Amino acid sequence: MRELSLHILDIIENSRRAEADLIKIKIEEKKDSNLLRIVIEDNGNGIAPEKIEKITDPFITSRTTRNVGLGLSLFKSAAESCAGDFNIESEINEGTLVIAEFKYDHIDRAPLGDITTTISNFIAASGDQVDLVYQHCYNENSFKFDSREIKAELEDLSIQSRQIIAWIREYIGENLAEIRGGEAF
Amino acid sequence: MKSLAELKELRNKVQKEMKKRDQGTRAEIIVGMGTCGIAAGARDILKAVLAEVEKRDLDVRVTQTGCIGMCEKEPLIDVKLPGKERITYGNLSEADVQKIITEHVVNGNIVSDLVIARHKSE
Repeated sequence: MRELSLHILDIIENSRRAEADLIKIKIEEKKDSNLLRIVIEDNGNGIAPEKIEKITDPFITSRTTRNVGLGLSLFKSAAESCAGDFNIESEINEGTLVIAEFKYDHIDRAPLGDITTTISNFIAASGDQVDLVYQHCYNENSFKFDSREIKAELEDLSIQSRQIIAWIREYIGENLAEIRGGEAF
Repeated sequence: MKSLAELKELRNKVQKEMKKRDQGTRAEIIVGMGTCGIAAGARDILKAVLAEVEKRDLDVRVTQTGCIGMCEKEPLIDVKLPGKERITYGNLSEADVQKIITEHVVNGNIVSDLVIARHKSE
């Protein structure tokens, strides 16, 4: 994958298919300690203990339509090829936690990419069923987006309404630029 | 800067517009978003779909699905018009999306050269 945000999209698609109704994404950019950390947590169906050890093997998958699963293995190898670390924990019927760490300035680290579109697209297609909390830290600054807060303001109007999605896209974009000191991705 | 306080106002505005629309007869566009789709560019296809729907002010339901086993034909989308068969388009570029929405979703004419599968209506 050319962007880390595509890996994130891939993992939260797993969460959606595992019937999660709440997904939490946390991205930490700690330039001082040369670290980029991505944490994704869901409350979906979870992965059985006998599967979890092998889940990052490309020839293991929980799906039944074919017997390869590349998403988690690609994410793991992206982290490990940047002097980083990858960890996954899961409990059946409780949810799954994925943590990927990258050396921030590693030459092989893919750019974070268009995270704004990743988040707003996901809400545009699945926001009614799945809530999303997205927190982004850049050194000392941080910004938090919570789709449940948006829904509270909207009352009975769907969060997937395109005018609302357009608003969310701008809202996230502006706040990211703000905490990153106007620096775009 | 945008603030959550603006949302109430936006909500009232959108709700007034929605009342004019007929909810029962919406077309549906489904974007394949498995690992294979994402790697082949599905995020930008979805972005192009949303942009085109926005630009033309269409009343369309846009959703996503996982890998359907046609990974080599990703990125792909399905178009389902009310009462018509569901059509799968594959090997798409962003320019194709514009064509499919103009020809198929708006005018009801299937874009035959991009079709990879047809499904009888459920």
